[in-house]
Amino acid sequence: MDFWFFLIQLLNGVQYGLLLFLVASGLTLIFGIMGIINLAHGAFYMLGAYLAWWLAGVTGSLVAAVLLSLPIAALVGYVIEAVLVRTLYKRDHLDQVLLTYGLILIFNEAQRIFWGNDVHGVAVPQALAWSFKLTETLSYPAYRVVLSVVCGALALVMYFVIAKTRFGMWVRAGASNREMVAALGINVKLLFGLVFAIGAALAGLAGAISTPITSVAPGMGDTVLIICFVVVVIGGVGSVKGAFLGALLIGLADTFGKVFVPDFASFTVYGVMAAVLLWKPRGLFA
Amino acid sequence: MLEAKGIHTFYGASHVLHGIDFRVGKGETVALMGRNGMGKSTLLKSLLGIVHPRQGKVAVHGRDVTGWETSAVIRLGLAYVPEGRGMFHNLTVREHLAMAARPAPDGRRDWTFERVLETFPRLAERLDNLGTHLSGGEQQMLSIGRALMTNPRLLILDEATEGLAPLIRRDIWHVIRAIKDTGIASVIVDKNVGVLLDLADRHVILVKGEVVYDGGPETLKSDSSILERHIGL
Repeated sequence: MDFWFFLIQLLNGVQYGLLLFLVASGLTLIFGIMGIINLAHGAFYMLGAYLAWWLAGVTGSLVAAVLLSLPIAALVGYVIEAVLVRTLYKRDHLDQVLLTYGLILIFNEAQRIFWGNDVHGVAVPQALAWSFKLTETLSYPAYRVVLSVVCGALALVMYFVIAKTRFGMWVRAGASNREMVAALGINVKLLFGLVFAIGAALAGLAGAISTPITSVAPGMGDTVLIICFVVVVIGGVGSVKGAFLGALLIGLADTFGKVFVPDFASFTVYGVMAAVLLWKPRGLFA
Repeated sequence: MLEAKGIHTFYGASHVLHGIDFRVGKGETVALMGRNGMGKSTLLKSLLGIVHPRQGKVAVHGRDVTGWETSAVIRLGLAYVPEGRGMFHNLTVREHLAMAARPAPDGRRDWTFERVLETFPRLAERLDNLGTHLSGGEQQMLSIGRALMTNPRLLILDEATEGLAPLIRRDIWHVIRAIKDTGIASVIVDKNVGVLLDLADRHVILVKGEVVYDGGPETLKSDSSILERHIGL
């Protein structure tokens, strides 16, 4: 294996991991702080991707499409929390799974009605449609680098918000003891609604910015959802730090698995999960 | 400043509070007394909307808050130090105080981070420790300090000194007295009747979810049979 080839795989693995983190961070926060198993979280990823593809066609600019799909995903998330999810905080997980599974079906059907069953692709924006030349034959696309930088920057922002701001303290305190947060005069309903909306927006953003490197297709949210649950379980439910490490681990395991053991590629991710859970049954940061 | 009338609270089918009237005046210190399981904590939770009474009304500063969200009731200037202290396992001492900081409803900001640390110097030494890594006494100081950061007009303390060593208890009572002297009203639940007789302006005794005594300390001091009968002293 030659160095440049290895480097390309490493970059791909990190980029995939960072993208997964955007989706998984919302999933882990929603489960950790609100106690909600949100199976519909992958649907926000799909929504973001379809919105980006559709709006890119309408506006002619992927950047504009991504920036527009972000608030739409947040709004859809906020409304779903306020109208449906809010009624389930005191119910058990089975009721939540039933509701959010139902939401998956509704989202998938809505996608079929509005946008059809065809598979779509989105072109890389003109300004980024070039590559870093590594050797005579190997190069690395600039768009993937930008993608990693954007995801990495968002992860840093998220770390700062959660670790340093009062909003972040409320979110962490909510994961520890919700009743006490309310007893300090903090509007927990609004807090939960915002966390849900931010989680939806991040998942939607991940879907939107990944459109040039993946295909926009029915069921794309479901695949991401399953991988993100693996990430959340590896990292420890409710831990954003854990989701970050878990996402990088899964991103690298998946990428290198496909290169080194292609016959077992679909298994490597779960192998990593099993190994981590044997070592730390509650995840890395639980 | 707080007035509850005819409170009936249920846990499922069990009828815990049977028509309780309870009031706290401006700056008044009220001791809520009674044996275990008589409904003291349930009454406090009913006042704050943590549990919702099935019947009766709660008013804060003349506003009917019956059925309100806990956070909305609290924001009228109440603060709650719960039994068990309500620590957040993933927040440091500094963060416990910072997250709670809020001016009073009238904009007053008497209690700041610095003043809370002056009141509880031991917390100043442990600012970067997690709340759950503190001793019981330090946790109670943090719980009270956190409540003060919200600049309350009424402080509600459930089991103010439960499970604490005698010396720490003395410190806590000292601080509660100092808080009373600043004019903050309080409702205090504690097993230490002697201190409460000395500290509180008024005493309310609950037996099986009903008020059996509501009055000043003088009667309780002169007629020890009341305490004997209802609290078992």
